[in-house]
Amino acid sequence: MKEFAYQRAADIRDALIAGGGGARYLAGGTNLVDLMKEGVEAPTRLIDVRRLPLDGISEAADGALVIGATTTNSDLAAHPEVRRRYPALSQAVLAGASGQLRNMATVGGNLLQRTRCAYFAAQECNKRVPGTGCPAIAGAHHNHAILGWTRSCVATHASDMAVALTAFDAIVRYETLDGAGEIPLSEFYPPVGDTPHVETALPPGALITAVVLPGAAASPRSRYRKVRERASYAFATVSIAAAFTEGSVRIALGGVASRPWRCRTAEAFLLDSPGSFRAAAEAELSAAEPLPGNGYKVTLARNLIETVLKELQP
Amino acid sequence: MNAVGVAQPRIEGPAKVTGAARYAADVPIEGLAFGAVVLATVTRGRIRDIDVDAVRNMPGVLGVIDHRNAPRLNPKAGGFFGPDGQLQLLQDEMIPFAGRPVALVVAETLEQAQAAAHVLPVTYDEEPHDTNFTADHPAGRPAMTIFDEPVDVGDVEAELAASSVVVEERYRTPEEYHSAMEPHSATVWWDGERLEAIDSNQGPFVIAATLATLFSLSLEKVRIRTEHVGGGFGSKGLCGPQLILAAMAAHRFGRPVRVTLTRTQVFLTTAMRPATDQLIRIGADADGRLRAIWHEPAFEISPLVEYIEGCTELTKTLYAARAIRTRLTAVPLDILPPYSMRGPGAAPGSFALESAMDELAERLGIDPLELRLRNEPAAGPVSGLPFSSRNLVECLREGAHRFGWGTRDHRPRLRREGSLLVGTGLAATSFSAGAFPSSATITAEADGTFTVAIGATDLGTGARTALTAIAADALEAGTERIRLRISDSDLGPAWSAGGSRGTTSWAWAITEAAEKLRGQEWRGTVTIDTTQSLGGLPGRERHAYSAVFAEVTADPATGEVRVRRLLGMFAVGRVVNPLLARSQVIGGMIGGLSMALHEEGVRDPVSGRHVNADFAGYHIAAHADVPDIEADFVPDHEPGIPVGVKGAGEIGNVGTAAAIANAVWHATGVRQRSLPIRLDRVLE
Ligand SMILES: Cc1cc2nc3c(=O)[nH]c(=O)nc-3n(C[C@H](O)[C@H](O)[C@H](O)COP(=O)(O)OP(=O)(O)OC[C@H]3O[C@@H](n4cnc5c(N)ncnc54)[C@H](O)[C@@H]3O)c2cc1C
Ligand code: SF4
Repeated sequence: MKEFAYQRAADIRDALIAGGGGARYLAGGTNLVDLMKEGVEAPTRLIDVRRLPLDGISEAADGALVIGATTTNSDLAAHPEVRRRYPALSQAVLAGASGQLRNMATVGGNLLQRTRCAYFAAQECNKRVPGTGCPAIAGAHHNHAILGWTRSCVATHASDMAVALTAFDAIVRYETLDGAGEIPLSEFYPPVGDTPHVETALPPGALITAVVLPGAAASPRSRYRKVRERASYAFATVSIAAAFTEGSVRIALGGVASRPWRCRTAEAFLLDSPGSFRAAAEAELSAAEPLPGNGYKVTLARNLIETVLKELQP
Repeated sequence: MNAVGVAQPRIEGPAKVTGAARYAADVPIEGLAFGAVVLATVTRGRIRDIDVDAVRNMPGVLGVIDHRNAPRLNPKAGGFFGPDGQLQLLQDEMIPFAGRPVALVVAETLEQAQAAAHVLPVTYDEEPHDTNFTADHPAGRPAMTIFDEPVDVGDVEAELAASSVVVEERYRTPEEYHSAMEPHSATVWWDGERLEAIDSNQGPFVIAATLATLFSLSLEKVRIRTEHVGGGFGSKGLCGPQLILAAMAAHRFGRPVRVTLTRTQVFLTTAMRPATDQLIRIGADADGRLRAIWHEPAFEISPLVEYIEGCTELTKTLYAARAIRTRLTAVPLDILPPYSMRGPGAAPGSFALESAMDELAERLGIDPLELRLRNEPAAGPVSGLPFSSRNLVECLREGAHRFGWGTRDHRPRLRREGSLLVGTGLAATSFSAGAFPSSATITAEADGTFTVAIGATDLGTGARTALTAIAADALEAGTERIRLRISDSDLGPAWSAGGSRGTTSWAWAITEAAEKLRGQEWRGTVTIDTTQSLGGLPGRERHAYSAVFAEVTADPATGEVRVRRLLGMFAVGRVVNPLLARSQVIGGMIGGLSMALHEEGVRDPVSGRHVNADFAGYHIAAHADVPDIEADFVPDHEPGIPVGVKGAGEIGNVGTAAAIANAVWHATGVRQRSLPIRLDRVLE
């Protein structure tokens, strides 16, 4: 691991001032520190934001739930209001990692965790150093994307939590030295294009302060279902967050694209033909472009949409 | 009172759970320097340059050892399979596989060594490589024949032609990795002319002998200790790269050096179970009596060293068939040299054989249990030798009874629970038993205790506890009077913890030494070597046996297979310690479950490199994958070996994969002939 300076931020402004250049915010460290050990990340300075007053979950006047950026994954999953109004979110978080990791991992860090593409961890590639190629496309891509990828990168986003947040139209709040801002999760992860190294729409040096769950998206009738290669402690092969709210269905898939994949096509289809789950799934997945080694994900995603919606429908 | 047969927890258990037990990488040593290994990133080629100057002045760096300054090693050094090119580290610029060590960076601290190793510039001239294993690969040739040699009994072709039903299928297993919890670590220093090492291995004497040959030292000049080992599963049976490189560095820098492999390096440069591709033809009469078994496995090797994945050993002994033919093909490729992994040969071989038997039962319309019972041989089907003791039928019957096999509807895809399909399956299996020469020394101490010294190793299996019980009974003393000394090459020649022959070999030596001490009226010191008495062991078919039963669920919508129930009945000779033996076979069954559903080394088709060389990518069963496992023993006794033991180290791994694959067929109606049974292979 490369040597680095460590500093504990006294307050948000202190963090933002220290946050420029080669610095990185350190939250739970469960992803960042691993990547530093592998040499994938080599920050010159770590700014510990864990002690900032950004943890905890509160209800806003408009009924939204505001989740502080340093709230641990464990606290988020256990929160009674999250479990009551957004059960798919609680289930998604609990389907990830292990109890020990969830006690350390934070909401902000979870959103910014990097891909689990095995090449990314082991060698240079387009996502690490633009122009160095994507060995996964001709290589081992069993776990890679089927939707929205380009020849420059076919990696998936690994977060379970973000899939549920996407289904609930969550909004990311951040601060920079120039002021505060908001980005809807649906725009938080930009399309891959030919810039797979650009992973978020956050301005440089931005500190995530909270994630907001709109009150209108609350859905006790929601579920997260994660399919993986073993019963626990594995990233999703394909996962789904689905929610029935008044007059609409919300669907997001994990493990299929560089970002949580909101199934707008399927949702619109179901508005016209309620209950036609399989046809809706097929409409959504007609855009899929599987590689030779991951075509099974198309079938799996289709089956998941169909079976989960069937079980969940009112 | 007998100590053998009594359930006792591990003697060193409290030390292990409190952290007091020191593993090879934990032992404090004065003046220690650390080595970090640099591995080749190309699959075949030559080193063009290693720019040592680029790291020489980095903080703490003492120096770099590579092929230009490493001590010359003796090319004759090797092991069971002859001279071993994998041991010839840093001897030339050739790269025979990705993951071959090319340099060792030595520094004052581990972090400094790793930092320099990470940035050491190494350039290569790449050459075309071939890592693409197929059974009909043009380079394929007959495997070495020191064991599992080809056999021909009867007229296989004629018997197949005369059979009413013939199963002819191919079964495939991927590269699998031992994945012991403790990474390979060695600490080496020179005590004057003598090389001392604390190493993580499966047999200090055997390793010391190899290391002495490699460095052209006399055996007395090498001492290796191995107090606690966090699992080996075969991967620590060899003189490991950590030990060879640490020995080089200790010599060059004149101080103690520790080399510990990272997890990824353990994957890339220690050992693996080779991929196999096995063609089986089985023919039977309509009543299920076997006419012919023809088993032709191919497996991959490296040109650096011979190896035999003895997939057909079971085929030669498990069932009575009029004709048996086996042929083993080895395919040399530019890969990490494979080596024995728990249940070598038998684990992939039984997957093929026991899957094929299940397919035969299906096509005959016979209960798979009944098919096995109908083909019980009276003597070795190939050897003609009598069985020393054979309790497979007891395992099958008792297992079937406890599992509730009798109520099974043998047709597939009939049981449903909600969206899940449910099925059951079984497999029968055997694993050869025997012993190898070992020596032991026993001293009757003045205080009434006995010091029992033997170069055995405890890989975490409980060998220390089992040998203490064996010694106590042999010396007619309570276990509290036994002081066992193990894990030290200075204690004399001894077989390793491997081949399910550790306990048998060591028990033999201890009982023989005790016998001699009895002749001296329990006074003084005796040292014995069992080479002679082992020679007198009559030729027999000696095997441990088991029957494994599995119940699985399969979700056709997602392809997820979960094992709900596993039950194994075992005949492993006399059970020295039921608690430890049960833990051994349960561990083995979990290994088999992991083999069935999860484990798969993945290679990049372009670069030839191993892609999933860590625990994030190489999945082994997690706790949630492991159901409540039942394992028990039928009464058994091995008449030829002292104490009546056969060995329980590996049989648990064998058979489980086939039992699970057969259960998946019963659940879904689809045969799984390639492992692992990934969800994309089951998804509908
Ligand atoms: C073995 C293992 C298994 C796992 N399994 C799963 C799984 O199944 N599903 C899943 O979803 N996840 C899984 N994870 C990932 C885990 O959820 C993430 O590592 C974790 O959520 C990251 O949170 P953290 O607080 O530790 O982030 P850190 O590692 O501290 O940071 C991650 C990144 O976020 C940045 N960052 C952190 N906080 C902020 C902030 N407030 N503002 C701006 N930037 C910030 C950091 O600079 C860094 O770049 C697993 C991780 C491990 C190690
Ligand atoms: S898929 Fe993306 S992360 Fe993976 S190797 Fe290709 S460019 Fe790198």
